[in-house]
Amino acid sequence: MLAYTLRRLASLLISLAVASLVIFLVVEVAPGDPASYMLGINAQPDTVAALRRELGLDVPPVQRYFDWVRGLVRLDFGTSYTYRTPVAGMIADRMWISLPLAVYALTLSTLIAFPAGIYAASRRGKAGDTAVIGLSQLGVAVPNFWFAMMMVLVFAINLRWFSAGGFPGWDKGFWGGMKALTLPAISLALPQAAILARVMRSSLLDMLGEDFMRTALAKGLSRRQALWRHGVRNALIPVLTILGLQFSFLLAGGIIIEQVFFLPGLGRLVFQSISQRDLIVVESVVMLLVFAVICVNFLVDLAYAAVDPRLRRRA
Amino acid sequence: MRWNRNLALGAALTGVFVLGALISFVWTPADYTVLDIAAKLKRPGDGHLLGTDHFGRDILTMIMVGARTSIAVALVAVGIGMFAGVPLGLAAAARRGGLLDEVIMRGNDLIFAFPPLVIAILITAVFGASAVNAIIAIGIFNIPVFARMTRGAALPLWSREFILAARVSGKGAARISAEHILPNIANILIVQGTIQFSIGIIAEAALSYVGLGAQPPTPSWGRMLADAQTLVSIAPHLALIPGFAIILTVLGLNLMGDGLRDMLDPRLRERSA
Repeated sequence: MLAYTLRRLASLLISLAVASLVIFLVVEVAPGDPASYMLGINAQPDTVAALRRELGLDVPPVQRYFDWVRGLVRLDFGTSYTYRTPVAGMIADRMWISLPLAVYALTLSTLIAFPAGIYAASRRGKAGDTAVIGLSQLGVAVPNFWFAMMMVLVFAINLRWFSAGGFPGWDKGFWGGMKALTLPAISLALPQAAILARVMRSSLLDMLGEDFMRTALAKGLSRRQALWRHGVRNALIPVLTILGLQFSFLLAGGIIIEQVFFLPGLGRLVFQSISQRDLIVVESVVMLLVFAVICVNFLVDLAYAAVDPRLRRRA
Repeated sequence: MRWNRNLALGAALTGVFVLGALISFVWTPADYTVLDIAAKLKRPGDGHLLGTDHFGRDILTMIMVGARTSIAVALVAVGIGMFAGVPLGLAAAARRGGLLDEVIMRGNDLIFAFPPLVIAILITAVFGASAVNAIIAIGIFNIPVFARMTRGAALPLWSREFILAARVSGKGAARISAEHILPNIANILIVQGTIQFSIGIIAEAALSYVGLGAQPPTPSWGRMLADAQTLVSIAPHLALIPGFAIILTVLGLNLMGDGLRDMLDPRLRERSA
């Protein structure tokens, strides 16, 4: 397990290095000079020159890349051009909305999908199974931001159970914050739950055909006991990978859902920065999201290997 | 049989929108570039089959022309994914276990680490928002999907007798990949293409919803939804109609994908039924 962990750790570091290089290069090849791009077409040459110095653009690209990476490691993302404040602080503030939203949505999606998938697999071919398949087929087709708009229409505008958007802040109380994140989390979670329920169902159906399930039934376990003790446990392995992938979709999907609910999270930060041409902020947020995705996949791989010893040898 | 129903229903649903998009090239109920504020926010049926939006534009026209945008973006993005991804996957399978295989697969992992929306944000932040950039962003994400799928499907074929026979007869890896491997995995690629097509439709809608896709005045379903957001309480049809258009198209494509898979690979029918 140690050798496997070290090997995966090495590939994690390589992935992060390459990802940072790719992001840096994309911003680097931006048409024209970042300073004049940020200032717009009417900028004076000396203003541009001053900003170039301030952004450190007067040093060679290689050195600039290493300076940027050195900053990233120390959690120093530079200074936002528009707001004149450290980017790290802006991201930290927004993260307290985006991260809880993703975790909340992931929890909901799991709580819905696991029972639905297990139920469908255990009633294979019957009405309950068909209903779950049909609903998940529909769930996959529904864009989450449209679903979010419908939730606002029904639960905020018509029923007035929730506010239509905005965030009161965690300092106003935990439950108020959770309530503001509930509609966004449901909108994110349901389409993901549709995919997860399908994976859970087919993974469990694969297990039900395995020899060890027949053995479990032959040694006298009831169908229900065999399903839970042997089927569900083994079926969880592929489901775990999908959960890891979904986390990244939830983080990125959250960016759009935040727009629907006017939540001041990373998504709003990124779109504001795009319209204000604040490339430093965009670059940092993108790097952070990619970093999160790579790390989560790394953790999933480790968890996977811990559960299934066969995988340690293969990779 | 089951697959017949899925395929027929899926093809019918998708066909309606493809047809609508095609007809919009020669005829639309109204002109989407003409604003008629006097006729704004009309309910469906009131002189306009699907009503009008906040500028008095005919919604049926917007949906038809929007279908053009959605289908074009998603289709080209699938094309990019296939043309780049399939050769990469074939090469990786032909050099399985070798350095080339390793490089291609790690490159794939890297692209997977960038969620498509994040790629799109990066591209638009640097190059500006447009339908072309949306296509590139979705297309890039399709490359590893097809590369992985192709490699996975091609690997087991390399140990089959008919490939061995081709090797013995002196054919090189590239020729074998093109003449023997590719035709045998075409089924899987078509099915995956349908699925990526439907994902592309949703992705395009999401990007144009946040303003990173096709720019005005080109109608797109995503931006129709963005425009509808502040009006949803007084004119829900502005949000409902584009939403249904997206859902029905995606549902149609997914059903078609399922139907095709069952038809082309009967072994899978057992599992998904």
